[in-house]
Amino acid sequence: MSEALKQKIQTAFVEPGCATNVAKSESERKKGCAKQLTPGAAAGGCAFDGAMIALQPITDVAHLVHAPLACWGNGWDNRGSASSGSELYRKGFTTDLSELDIVMGNGEKKLFRAIREVIAQESPAAVFVYSTCVTALIGDDIGAVCKAAAERFGRPVIPVNVPGYVGSKNLGNKLGVDALVEHVVGTMEPATVTPLDVNIIGDFNLSGELWQVKPLLDRLGIRILGSISGDARYAQVAMMHRARVTMLVCSHAFMAIARKLEERHGIPWFEGSFYGISDTSAALRTMCRLLVERGAPADLLDRCDALIAEEEARTRAELAPLRPKVEGRRVLLYTGGHKTWSVVSALQELGVEVVGTSMRKATDGDRERVTDIMGTDAHMYENMAPKEMYKMLREARADVLMSGGRSQFVALKARVPWIDVNQEKHEPYAGYVGMVELVRAIDRAVNNPMWADLRSPAPWEMSACDATDEPFVLSAVPGSKADFEDC
Amino acid sequence: MARLIHPDRALSTNPLKVSAPLGAAMAYLGIEGAIPLFHGAQGCTAFAMVHMVRHFKEAIPLQTTAMNEVSAILGGGEQIEEAIENIRKRANPKFIGIASTALVETRGEDVAGELREMLRRRTDFADTSVVYAATPDFAGGLEDGWARAVEAIIDALAVPCTRRPGQVNLLPGSHMTSADVEEVAGLIRAFGLNPVILPDISLSLDGHLAEDWRGHSLGGTKLVDIATMGGSIATLAIGEAMRPAAEKLAALGVAAHVFPSLTGLKAVDAFVTTLMKLSGADVPATVRRDRARLSDAMLDAHFHIGGLKVAMGAEPDLGLALGSTLAAMGAELTVVTTTGSRAAERIPTAEVIVGDLGDLERAAEAGGCKLLLTHAHGRMMAERLHMPHVRAGFPIFDRLGAQDVCRTGYRGTRAFLYEIANAVLSHPHRPRPEDFGAARISPEFDHAPPPPSHH
Ligand code: SF4
Repeated sequence: MSEALKQKIQTAFVEPGCATNVAKSESERKKGCAKQLTPGAAAGGCAFDGAMIALQPITDVAHLVHAPLACWGNGWDNRGSASSGSELYRKGFTTDLSELDIVMGNGEKKLFRAIREVIAQESPAAVFVYSTCVTALIGDDIGAVCKAAAERFGRPVIPVNVPGYVGSKNLGNKLGVDALVEHVVGTMEPATVTPLDVNIIGDFNLSGELWQVKPLLDRLGIRILGSISGDARYAQVAMMHRARVTMLVCSHAFMAIARKLEERHGIPWFEGSFYGISDTSAALRTMCRLLVERGAPADLLDRCDALIAEEEARTRAELAPLRPKVEGRRVLLYTGGHKTWSVVSALQELGVEVVGTSMRKATDGDRERVTDIMGTDAHMYENMAPKEMYKMLREARADVLMSGGRSQFVALKARVPWIDVNQEKHEPYAGYVGMVELVRAIDRAVNNPMWADLRSPAPWEMSACDATDEPFVLSAVPGSKADFEDC
Repeated sequence: MARLIHPDRALSTNPLKVSAPLGAAMAYLGIEGAIPLFHGAQGCTAFAMVHMVRHFKEAIPLQTTAMNEVSAILGGGEQIEEAIENIRKRANPKFIGIASTALVETRGEDVAGELREMLRRRTDFADTSVVYAATPDFAGGLEDGWARAVEAIIDALAVPCTRRPGQVNLLPGSHMTSADVEEVAGLIRAFGLNPVILPDISLSLDGHLAEDWRGHSLGGTKLVDIATMGGSIATLAIGEAMRPAAEKLAALGVAAHVFPSLTGLKAVDAFVTTLMKLSGADVPATVRRDRARLSDAMLDAHFHIGGLKVAMGAEPDLGLALGSTLAAMGAELTVVTTTGSRAAERIPTAEVIVGDLGDLERAAEAGGCKLLLTHAHGRMMAERLHMPHVRAGFPIFDRLGAQDVCRTGYRGTRAFLYEIANAVLSHPHRPRPEDFGAARISPEFDHAPPPPSHH
């Protein structure tokens, strides 16, 4: 690992904006916030993966991965971050290094050529170049190549130094965002600025979730100027320094950029979530309050309150008819971070029982909130081994599992409904409308008639006489001499 | 119980229904050495033949009595005699199945009586079995014509017979493809039972290449086997339309089991239960495994089928088979069918329209349907409403291999669920900001103009 990268990683582990981080001792902090991985018992992405997750939603840049095929060949085209503009971000670009490239030390040259080709072919707003394990190991200086290419081709070429071996996804998030702070933010000026310009960081716009919230901002006249979120344009990242307020969508990984925007450009930031009714309202209120403090017209607050009142009433009205369909159902939540609590209160309001919520990736703040909402901490658990989870579901201690894709088959093989609440999902659940969608999804999942069929025994598992003849009709004609006997 | 809606209107737009004589002809083609003969004017025969040729991609030996102006007025008895004579000369079939059309039925001819009389006279016709079914175009559709033909065959050719252990009668409905029939026959055989299949299009309309050219059907139910059907231990009829035919065999002392459908886990379970009872045999390992694989397919497919709004246009038995399977997976159905049969009433939805594709198009649009399930004529509607279109029923003239599609049994159900889910997946909904009422991002930020809006 190069000294510069080591240095960068060390600073990434110091996050003054993060309460957890600040509370750590110097030596603890050096270890980083991700736990050391256990060989033989580790699953999950690498730092490169994390950087990609953070930056790939930027739609009009070419994301070029400098690596042998495995890193991106296996990884591209698998996230549902939606774009309303360019589709470039969905293309998989890699230098696909061969053995020969590596032994001959041709990596840098090949990268330079690849950058030239991708610019000629796609005319991207910028090229993001990702280094990975192999290219870092052979010592390719992607910083130098990017610099030379940018000068030569007159287009921003941004190095993202994230070899997978340096750490987990979480660290990769940080390093990815760091590259933006270093190379992109502040490099373009907007045509106009308004007192209602905001930055939104960290919402991936999965299946269009950000668009479920954007109409609310539209109605308040708030403009998303800067964005490191789904549907972001390169220009929006470059112009972030001109926004009035930053909303960080519950993510510790992205905190560094919010903090740096505050330090360097005086833009206050807050953490909020668009999951669940009360969180959405709280996020809107905080955003408006901060905007007014920074000079937006004071009536914004009143308009915000009116909007919230109207939307909440409408949401509750839409949820009411769904209540009988989900009431009393037991949900097991296996997710991480803010999702551990952000939907819980809304579900509880509908009479849904949350039997447990996982505390993976959760902070002390998250824990407190869970305890607050649930009235006890009895429902929190850490990791659950698939075997245990299977057993728990099989014993029908929950009616539905809400989790990410990895636990999907634990639920399904236990013949228990499953709802995807992580990043690969296809349904948007954000904001007020998203809450209604989520409850509909629960209804659809737990009340699907398929489960009853699926759990019924096979014909050969029933004793001969309790097999029902429904739905077919046995109609031996009276008086027939059939030697057929019904049992 | 679905409420049947009969729209009160004079105009039928984009027919869903296929004529009853065509159904009869298709059933007759499932008999070995057969030539179906339409008793009517030439045109309806030509249409029916072209229709079947386009669907099966096979030469279809369909003949007509070619009623003309004179015989239309004076009666067509002689035309039939002449037709049989000529057909025998040209193709020497073992079996001629006659289906009447609206024309002769409107005249009110006693075709059956005349035919009986004529066959008594023409002893030289004795080595050809001739069967007649009344199938006026104005009553029922393909399903009914098919069923009437099977009833006519049983009436004419099945006789009381000594018990034949292990033999069962299988009466497949018109909604079953060659592959469907083959699947069910295989399932029955897996229990050590021996099915006599009437009609058996799995041997005649399955798209095989024969060693020579004959002007009649190649393959199908053997006439000698039909004669033994009265000795079977049970009749397994698939589809409500086949109930009367099963009851005719029951009158010969064969226990009748009518299965409304053989698609869907529970439906196949019921069938397997019956096979277990009839055979006393152990359930084969392959059947057990197929059921387990179907269960897993249900899990995988329910994400895409649960809550899916499906517009379905199908004859009652097909509609019940496919509709109940989808409903059991949580789909919501908007249904148009052809006739108000008992099966139509049992399709799991509140209302079933007895109508045409025009009705389906209106209902599908109003109901926000996301997938169309009907025969090939639905393609224009699917285009207009931007829906994926899964083809089922008759005719399917714009796809190859319609006869190879199996949606029956555990395996066929599994394939069907994948087919529906894949149709949904291959028609992905790409959300746009506008879908959620959000304004588009200011073009100021755009590096390149956004692509045109598309759904
Ligand atoms: S760990 Fe390294 S080699 Fe593997 S995917 Fe991540 S970056 Fe690529």
